[in-house]
Amino acid sequence: MNQSTIVRVSNVVKNFKLGKVEVNVLKGISLDIESGKYLSIMGPSGSGKSTLFNMIGGLDKPTSGKVFIDEIDIAQLDAYELAWLRCRKIGYIFQTFNLIPVMTALENVTLPMIFAGVSNNAAMGKGMELLEIVGLAERHGHKPFELSGGQQQRVAAARAIANDPAIILADEPTGNLDLKTGEEIIALLKRLSSEKGVTVISATHDLKMLNVSDQVVWIRDGAVEKIENRDELSISVGEIG
Amino acid sequence: MTVEPKTGRYVQVDRIVALPFKKSVEIAFKSIKVRFFRSLITTLSLVLAVSFLSYVQVNNNIANGLLSLNRPQIRTAMEKAGYDIPGQGDIGSSPKQRWIVILSLLVCVFGIVNAQLMAVTERFREIGTMKCLGALDRFIVRLFLLEAAMQGVAGSAVGSLIGALFAICGGLLRFGPQSFGALAWGDVAASLSMAVATGCVLSLVGVTYPAIMAARMQPVEAMRSEK
Repeated sequence: MNQSTIVRVSNVVKNFKLGKVEVNVLKGISLDIESGKYLSIMGPSGSGKSTLFNMIGGLDKPTSGKVFIDEIDIAQLDAYELAWLRCRKIGYIFQTFNLIPVMTALENVTLPMIFAGVSNNAAMGKGMELLEIVGLAERHGHKPFELSGGQQQRVAAARAIANDPAIILADEPTGNLDLKTGEEIIALLKRLSSEKGVTVISATHDLKMLNVSDQVVWIRDGAVEKIENRDELSISVGEIG
Repeated sequence: MTVEPKTGRYVQVDRIVALPFKKSVEIAFKSIKVRFFRSLITTLSLVLAVSFLSYVQVNNNIANGLLSLNRPQIRTAMEKAGYDIPGQGDIGSSPKQRWIVILSLLVCVFGIVNAQLMAVTERFREIGTMKCLGALDRFIVRLFLLEAAMQGVAGSAVGSLIGALFAICGGLLRFGPQSFGALAWGDVAASLSMAVATGCVLSLVGVTYPAIMAARMQPVEAMRSEK
């Protein structure tokens, strides 16, 4: 096994119960994700990519199979350890931004640091730095509903990197944004990935993501269709174009 | 924080994820302030229920004060006004009075549980997000309990004062200033504090079940619920 594998998905199956019908959403997915890579999980709606994303993030439990983060089976973690993992190891970015509506941009960014035991002053200081990075320092006192979608997503990105996680998980980060703002968010994620060495895993069907991805995993009907590295990718995209 | 090589588990975790009490109070307070209108509705049901309780109790205090004057004409006036005057003992001890108090408490409980259930359900997504950021279940429960306690104290204080005010005004209108003179203020104070305490307890009881239910949800379920 590769030394720098940070996430290992091993034969993950997920079934959902819809009424009396059991739907088999993930049909045994195995995946190794290397540390520091920018990885996109591509697939049409309903292909199971969001479900896979939730499994990797420890937000949901697989029906069978295992997910390892740093070679630790996350199904074995208790509530404290799982909370620690979500707090320190993983930063989440969602399609619907999911900022806490009653808190200002700065408070949203500092919340994970407070959970991580950082003192209030230190958290405020770092929060401002992070907002500076995403270009929203002057809007730190605004509530989410006073910000545009793109700005909210930038705050969410700043929040995701607050505790210097090893992994950023982004579920359709550009899904609710227009073309230009979407591109800005992608560029921001790419920059964070290359500057901070963070592993970015993003579930998406936005083809703009292809340009920046080191690796693309194509999911279809709950199974991995193909995995392409960056060099192979440019050829297949070229063929389409 | 390190990974223990032998067991492959994270160690010392419980000390790492933390939400200081002061910060919880701050978040809870802000949350009420920002959602002022919503909190007001939740609190209003509490105010109404507690004011009814306090009205009934203070009314009894007034009636007992008047009875203690031992004047036949007041007794007749009270009987005319519809009081059940027992042969002995206080007015509040009659079964009918007790029924009224129990009934008012029941109405109060349902009103508060309903209002708190709504308030928590509206915030499922927020709860799910907090859990994704590393919040433990008990942080969530603690935030809701703090909010409920603040609403409970404020709401029942206002409610009990309103109830007492109505009871005293009613007494003045029906029996004149003598209802005032005979009033045992110690009993009124006891009635008020009883009403405030009941209100706070009910507010906390009302929020506990929805808060625990919400905190136990997997983050994914919590965030899916609003989509």
